[in-house]
Amino acid sequence: MVSNSVEMKTVEEKAVGPWKVAWQSFKKSKAALVGTAIVLFFILLALFGPLVAPQDINDQNLSVRLLPPSGEYWFGTDDFGRDIFSRIVHGARISLAVGFLSVVMSAVVGSFLGIIAGYYGRMLDTIISRIFDIMLAFPSILLAIAIVSILGPSLQNALIAIAIINIPNFGRLIRSKVLSVKEEEYIVAARAIGMKDSRILLRHILPNSFSPVIVQGTLAIATAIIEAAALSFLGLGAVAPQPEWGKMLSDARVHLMTAPWTMIFPGLAIMLTVLGFNLMGDGLRDALDPKMKN
Amino acid sequence: MSNVLLKVNKIKKYFPKKTGSLKKNMSYVKAVDDVSFEVFEGETLGIVGESGCGKSTTGRMIMRLLEPTDGSILFEDVELSSLSKTEMRKARRDIQMVFQDPYASLNPRHTVKKILEEPLIVHGIGDKKERQTRVEEYLEIVGLSAYHAQRYPHQFSGGQRQRIGIARALMTNPKLIIADEPVSALDVSIQAQVLNLMKRLQEDLKLTYIFIAHDLGVVRHISDRVGVMYLGRLVEIAPSESLYAEPLHPYSQALLSAVPIPDPTYQREQIMLTGDTSSSTETGCTFQLRCPYATTVCKMNVPELVEVRPGHSVACHLVGEQQ
Repeated sequence: MVSNSVEMKTVEEKAVGPWKVAWQSFKKSKAALVGTAIVLFFILLALFGPLVAPQDINDQNLSVRLLPPSGEYWFGTDDFGRDIFSRIVHGARISLAVGFLSVVMSAVVGSFLGIIAGYYGRMLDTIISRIFDIMLAFPSILLAIAIVSILGPSLQNALIAIAIINIPNFGRLIRSKVLSVKEEEYIVAARAIGMKDSRILLRHILPNSFSPVIVQGTLAIATAIIEAAALSFLGLGAVAPQPEWGKMLSDARVHLMTAPWTMIFPGLAIMLTVLGFNLMGDGLRDALDPKMKN
Repeated sequence: MSNVLLKVNKIKKYFPKKTGSLKKNMSYVKAVDDVSFEVFEGETLGIVGESGCGKSTTGRMIMRLLEPTDGSILFEDVELSSLSKTEMRKARRDIQMVFQDPYASLNPRHTVKKILEEPLIVHGIGDKKERQTRVEEYLEIVGLSAYHAQRYPHQFSGGQRQRIGIARALMTNPKLIIADEPVSALDVSIQAQVLNLMKRLQEDLKLTYIFIAHDLGVVRHISDRVGVMYLGRLVEIAPSESLYAEPLHPYSQALLSAVPIPDPTYQREQIMLTGDTSSSTETGCTFQLRCPYATTVCKMNVPELVEVRPGHSVACHLVGEQQ
């Protein structure tokens, strides 16, 4: 026992929590840091961009329509003479909001259903899992189109549709994680201590099942942004004056040959945002996935 | 050693084994079959047996982490299997468990403080300040320090983690602790430390242990009485000295002859058993196929556990004849 306490004093004093361990390994990946930088850039753009955008986004000036990029109009102008740079800056707010909100909604609902299915099993599991299977049997964009056609085309309904189609991904993910976590000995220990199911679920199973949801969430934001853009492109999302990137792409189609900048810059914005989230998500997966180092 | 704290009577656990989706006659794996024993206040009952003999299942049934198929478990004259889910949760305050794998039995996302505090919160013991003091006190009791409370399990060694596991089991002042192979995952040098700790705690806190293990040396070191299990049945139960000095059941004899003796010059007759644990039959003694002395009666009837000497019971048809 004496030797034991000596040995313990030599161990460093700071408490290194599981999140800190993950951050250490996240920091090591350059790609993940680049991704995070891109994401942060777009978040800042969404928050403060509209304050710095040089032109009013709805200001039509037909005398300057379809101008190529210049010192005054950095990304050129569209066929109504609106400043594309300003519109992209405003569009960041729409795309990120749709991405975040839809993912939060599907993660919350999906995790709830997944935990119930995984922990209680049996009939509940069968019912929930079969519903997920049915939803996953459709191509997701088709399902989204169907939902928007029922609700009516608007950005808000596109958001709801995207949230719904992503529920089964989160549900399945957390269900499988819960299935493995609930067999862990510390869960048996929690029951042996005399804990209620609700406490075991919230305090022990959920925190230990959540890291894949964070990874999936980050990657799903990227997909959600693309899906929102796709819906808007198809005329099922954002409506006319809204500076949504997918909508801008769709409006620019006719000028593809004559004024390619009307298409290139919104496209680049979508690509960069998605790339940023994907790089960050991959980094998170590497940092969180290979289980906690024991 | 006077009062009976726990009385286990003919508990069984059968796991259904489906042989095919259409076949209706299901067969069962008899993980635990007709096991009865008593545990007295303040003693340590060791349960030994090879892997798969049902010793852990027995422990988990007492905790009601597994529901017994049949039989009764009386804890302080209260029938545990008749308690509702909520009542059983409350009863767990008095029966705690120490687990085998100290790496798996602590939640990796909780600090030691959180881990130790939780049993108190769950059972509504003390306020925030009292809980804090108690956590620190028990860390000291198990040989760690108060400042360890802020750390996470992955920052400790196996032996230290097992100490945390023991402290967690002690937090609610339980009367009975079921230790399921508490040292088998540890290095031999650490095993001794943890065993001595458990012994000291037993004396200081008047604890009763059920100590499940496959290591006969470990069990001998800590137990007052020892039960030997084979294929779901308790084949022999006796005071420690008596069992180690003179095992009566052929299986116990074979088991004890396999314990290594730390003297390279010592020659001893080892009883080698043929077959393996899957050699069992539907009728008669579970040990008959491997028993060097088996006779016809062993093939017909299951031997009952009979007290042949004070405190020494054996389930074997031949024990009377052997002597």
